[in-house]
Amino acid sequence: MNAPIRNLLSIADLDRAAIEQILELTESFAEVGERSIPKVPALRGKTIAWLFYEDSTRTRLSFETAAKRLSADTMNFSVGTSSVKKGESLRDTVNTIEAMGIDGVVVRHGDAGAPHRIAEWVDAAVVNAGDGWNQHPTQSLLDLYTARSRLGDLDGRHLVVVGDIKHSRVARSNVMAFTEMGARVTLVAPRTLLPADLDQWPVGVTHDLDSVIESADICYLLRMQLERQEQAYVPTLREFHTEWGLDTRRSAMLPDHALIMHPGPMNRGVEIDGLVADQPNSVMTQQVTNGVAVRMAVLYVLLGSGLDLVDQRLAVA
Amino acid sequence: MTSTTAIRGGTVIDSAGSRRADVVVGSDGSIIEVGADLKADSSIDATGCVVTPGLVDLHVHLREPGREEAETIETGARGAALGGFTAILAMPNTTPAVDTAAMVNEIRHLGRGTACDVHTSGAITVGRRGEALSPMAEMVRAGVRVFTDDGTGVQDPQLMRTALEYAGSLTHLSGGRAIVLAQHCEVSALSGGGFMHEGSWSSSLGIPGQPAEAEELMVMRDIALSKLTGVRVHFQHMSTAGSVEMIRAAKAAGLPVTAEATTHHFTLTDESCNTYDPVFKVHPPLRTDLDVAAVKEGLADGTIDAIATDHAPHTPEDKELTFAEAPPGMLGLETAFALANSELDLPIEVILALMSWRPAAIAGLDPAHGGPIVAGGAANITVIDPEIRWTISGAAMASRSNNTPYEGRTVRGRVRHTILAGRPVVVDGEALL
Repeated sequence: MNAPIRNLLSIADLDRAAIEQILELTESFAEVGERSIPKVPALRGKTIAWLFYEDSTRTRLSFETAAKRLSADTMNFSVGTSSVKKGESLRDTVNTIEAMGIDGVVVRHGDAGAPHRIAEWVDAAVVNAGDGWNQHPTQSLLDLYTARSRLGDLDGRHLVVVGDIKHSRVARSNVMAFTEMGARVTLVAPRTLLPADLDQWPVGVTHDLDSVIESADICYLLRMQLERQEQAYVPTLREFHTEWGLDTRRSAMLPDHALIMHPGPMNRGVEIDGLVADQPNSVMTQQVTNGVAVRMAVLYVLLGSGLDLVDQRLAVA
Repeated sequence: MTSTTAIRGGTVIDSAGSRRADVVVGSDGSIIEVGADLKADSSIDATGCVVTPGLVDLHVHLREPGREEAETIETGARGAALGGFTAILAMPNTTPAVDTAAMVNEIRHLGRGTACDVHTSGAITVGRRGEALSPMAEMVRAGVRVFTDDGTGVQDPQLMRTALEYAGSLTHLSGGRAIVLAQHCEVSALSGGGFMHEGSWSSSLGIPGQPAEAEELMVMRDIALSKLTGVRVHFQHMSTAGSVEMIRAAKAAGLPVTAEATTHHFTLTDESCNTYDPVFKVHPPLRTDLDVAAVKEGLADGTIDAIATDHAPHTPEDKELTFAEAPPGMLGLETAFALANSELDLPIEVILALMSWRPAAIAGLDPAHGGPIVAGGAANITVIDPEIRWTISGAAMASRSNNTPYEGRTVRGRVRHTILAGRPVVVDGEALL
């Protein structure tokens, strides 16, 4: 018997079998979403708190919708930007919330490892909804689900991730998630937007998007953080668009079956041309739709009772 | 009336070598006699122990004034005595900073009557802001021999040059003893925003990193400025292989430089950060295995002159934050000797040199501290059992904080007694003050 999975802090908490089961569960919850009354009583009586230290309307709405469809009660703990600024330690904040009697906490924080810290201090299940540059596991699960529903098995498929990888939690968790599912990953960016020392990463790296685009099964674009431009990782956004943006010329180089993905929100005209974003092989809308079903599956696995996840790994404490 | 205490049955190790001898100290602060079968009013047992000049720590944060809930001079001094230190050099990054003679006198006043001889460094620049020189002459007159803006490096090379030249002009106020400028080497424009060592661990953990080069660039610059001015520079908490190599070369070229390394930089690596627990957050950050090996080699071949603790207490609530939010720093005073004794493959004579007489000389505290154990010498003495094993526990420490990164680690060697100015302040591991 394996211990049940308690938290979802990182894609590293899940092996391939656990991912497969969450994706299967996602399929049944996706079906719920298509019903005239898209609601099941699976988490009735459970209470989930949103602890968002960083603004993220779309991720929070997606989790909120997922929780409501599972009939869970939800509450929003408004924390602003930083516990430090409030003069309260992170631990005091989460202990306060837990004292109200909650079953799960969904955490978004601007700092890597915040959900890991919280998981050490509370008994409630902790879901990482994005921590700094580190991880965004539910985004990766919805990306896997979306890619699989369009391409089938991901074994041997080529994922090309383009843009600001250095500051991207989506890139870090997607590298883990797609390689765990057997895909090959190539990162494309100038050195200024790549993490230091990638020797240990199971990826290929190139600065030349044109050199890999024809072999891509998925072209995954990352949001360019416009506010980071003050730190000048690239000379201008125009130059970034010219060298690393998915414009119509590069889009035409993609194989016919290839998907274009983006975690949103998009900067049209920076990492992706507006025309390309609206092509039928751009699946951003499906990603958002699937996000709700994936988050239903994750909340159900962590807070519900019944799922037997074989071979899952324990959350890293 | 002077009362006398005999330290019986131990092996005396000092800069002159090693021999079996009893030591009688007087409450007047001096060593009365060294030899066999000596008479005294009372005696303490040192069987199986090493009797050494008291340890000297060039780098402690005592938090007073400003953050007394994390540490006070009294509790820090008690922890120091339990760690075998008879003299500690406080860093000036208190609130307010130690940047005037008045502040120097205040620290000295607060240190009086504690379990350790508390000295303070002075800030190089006013408020440690790196903008204008602090009144160094008045601080030298008040007894300061080491200046530093520790916590930050002096970023402006022209200001650092001026500080060196000015400090080098004040030896007539210090009885001819050298004035040392100690540098926290970190080019902030390159380290800015980094909370751990930049490398494969920071990349996979998603924690912003700072490269080794942020330290090394300032080491390089200050070696050049030492050459330009001829004034002594002491390099604090050297943590990278590149820094050690540059200091080795600077010494070979005859430049007046010294260096220290902290216990954590030869016992822990950046891998420790993988729990996101900020008890492992420290500046300079924990580095790689290769850097640890280079620091150990530097300690072994004399490139690095001293082991320091960079004892940096923080309250639990200050560490119950994210890795990015929490302040850097870890406790060190009560674990330093045991860690050095356990982790360094060096004879105890070398470890004691690195922790007693060599740092004492750098800070101008010799021969009162670190001097040879001979009749007439200063009775600042530590008795260490080098073989006893014990398990580190933050809660058991004298510090007001408990942020040790070594919780639960079993180490070898422990301070048994500490004698300050001829009076026992720690006996059988218990602090008397």
